[in-house]
Amino acid sequence: MSSIKERQEEVVEEFSMFEDWMDKYEYLISLGKELPLIEESKKVEENIIKGCQSRVWLDAQLQDGKIYFTADSDAIITKGIIALMIRVLSESSPKDIAETDLHFVDEIGLKEHLSPTRSNGLVSMIKKMKTYGIAFQAKA
Amino acid sequence: MSQAVRQKFNVEEIRKDFPILSRKVNGKPLVYFDNGATSQKPDVVADAISLYYKHENSNIHRGVHTLSQEATTAYEQVREKMQQYLSAEHKEEIIFTKGTTDGINLIASSFGKHHLKEGDEVIISAMEHHSNIVPWQMICEEKGATLKVIPINDQGEIDLEAYKGLLSSRTKMVSIVHISNTLGTINPVKEMTALAQEKGAVVLIDGAQSVPHKPINVQEIGAEFYVFSMHKLFGPTGVGVLYGKKEWLDALPPYQGGGDMIKTVTFERTTYNELPHKFEAGTPNIAGGIATGAALDYLNQLDWEGIQLHEQSLLDYGTEKLKQIEGLRIIGEAAQKASVISFVVDGIHAYDLGVIMDKMGVAVRTGHHCTQPLMNRFGILGTARASFAFYNTKEEIDQFMEALHRAIKMLK
Ligand SMILES: Cc1ncc(COP(=O)(O)O)c(C=O)c1O
Repeated sequence: MSSIKERQEEVVEEFSMFEDWMDKYEYLISLGKELPLIEESKKVEENIIKGCQSRVWLDAQLQDGKIYFTADSDAIITKGIIALMIRVLSESSPKDIAETDLHFVDEIGLKEHLSPTRSNGLVSMIKKMKTYGIAFQAKA
Repeated sequence: MSQAVRQKFNVEEIRKDFPILSRKVNGKPLVYFDNGATSQKPDVVADAISLYYKHENSNIHRGVHTLSQEATTAYEQVREKMQQYLSAEHKEEIIFTKGTTDGINLIASSFGKHHLKEGDEVIISAMEHHSNIVPWQMICEEKGATLKVIPINDQGEIDLEAYKGLLSSRTKMVSIVHISNTLGTINPVKEMTALAQEKGAVVLIDGAQSVPHKPINVQEIGAEFYVFSMHKLFGPTGVGVLYGKKEWLDALPPYQGGGDMIKTVTFERTTYNELPHKFEAGTPNIAGGIATGAALDYLNQLDWEGIQLHEQSLLDYGTEKLKQIEGLRIIGEAAQKASVISFVVDGIHAYDLGVIMDKMGVAVRTGHHCTQPLMNRFGILGTARASFAFYNTKEEIDQFMEALHRAIKMLK
């Protein structure tokens, strides 16, 4: 299994192929459509992250010392970005998740989606993913 | 100082006054359809702010020196201009605030303090902006009064019969929006004001979205209070207007305490300054006030009849184009409607539409537009909204439609 660092580099490389924003967003949208949905039973109030614009659900399970994330959003572009986050962070140790520096979003030119005015729940989602990392370190 | 009315409304000429309209966004010509959130500013407004800070800056109402006197005179002249613009009876009926939200909070607090008690009722409508809901909730809770909500129909129009049914001797305040920021509905505020006043209630109109579409005559509407923000009226941010009938403003207690609003202060007792200063504690946004004057001069020379025809044609054109899209539903189809179109597209989140359209240079607002109860009424979470100002064009609507088609194709 590759490290978070390697997975970030992989995503950055993948995105470097896109020549214009359309290709990039079409890819994001397809990722969003493919994202395995969070189980309905996990789409509960305590798993919801409310942005002003879109909503995000996030669930985390600890298994054999690794965190497995599942997530969903009602907006497809948000969901595409979530898919990337999960690909990069899921199945890693709580410590790695807690300590990671997520630079890939910036590097693939999607930083605007993490700006506070977007209020799409993504920033809070990243925070929550890291919080799970910290919380599960105690258990792992 | 108002200039002569321009010959005739000409959108290409008008656009030259707004330099931002010729910029590009993401490599495409900007199509700015988020005028409901804030309007763009003509050159003269930006220039007035710069000139003020470079040549005139000084505090007002408190200096004997020349600069202070000049600034005070200039600031007070803007109050007079505003009085004329709104056809108010007295100049001290114009209170400068920070904006619509500030004006509503001022009245909710000052009116509520003295005039609301347990069992009293305040009436608002189902299409209010949060800023005309929350301040009333807060004061009602404090005073044990009840907030009543006028329902609307599926077109997004106020149910006047239901409104009449809600009015009673317990009604102390009716606070309603003139034009809905989300639906574009123009409410019959004159009629609604008269109905409330028959019952002895006082009326506040939230004019945030009405002032950009035509000059308002506050005496003709007849409400005790009328509030709006200059930033939506082609003026600066941070300046709002609270118009209030003199006898009401005189009777209300001050909202905030501080400098400028007092006559004498001892540690035992303070006497308050007279209107309008009683409600203007502290150093105001002087540069914004001066720029407000420049905005009014600009507005005064516009051909408003021509503007109304133009905006109606934008609304008709945009509505017709949007209706051709399969699976698109317009939210807000009132018979009396301003140039605002909210819509949802089946199976597509408004946020996604907004993101893709932005990539194509088109600025629309997405989300609940600070009207969550209204969204609940329509059973939706949010809409995409195109709101037009007089400087927008049919060609821009074409670019907007192209972006929308592209977005739908990508997102479906
Ligand atoms: C109808 C309505 N009321 C009130 C407001 C609040 O205005 P401001 O934020 O300028 O105080 C707005 C602005 O979005 C509005 O559209």
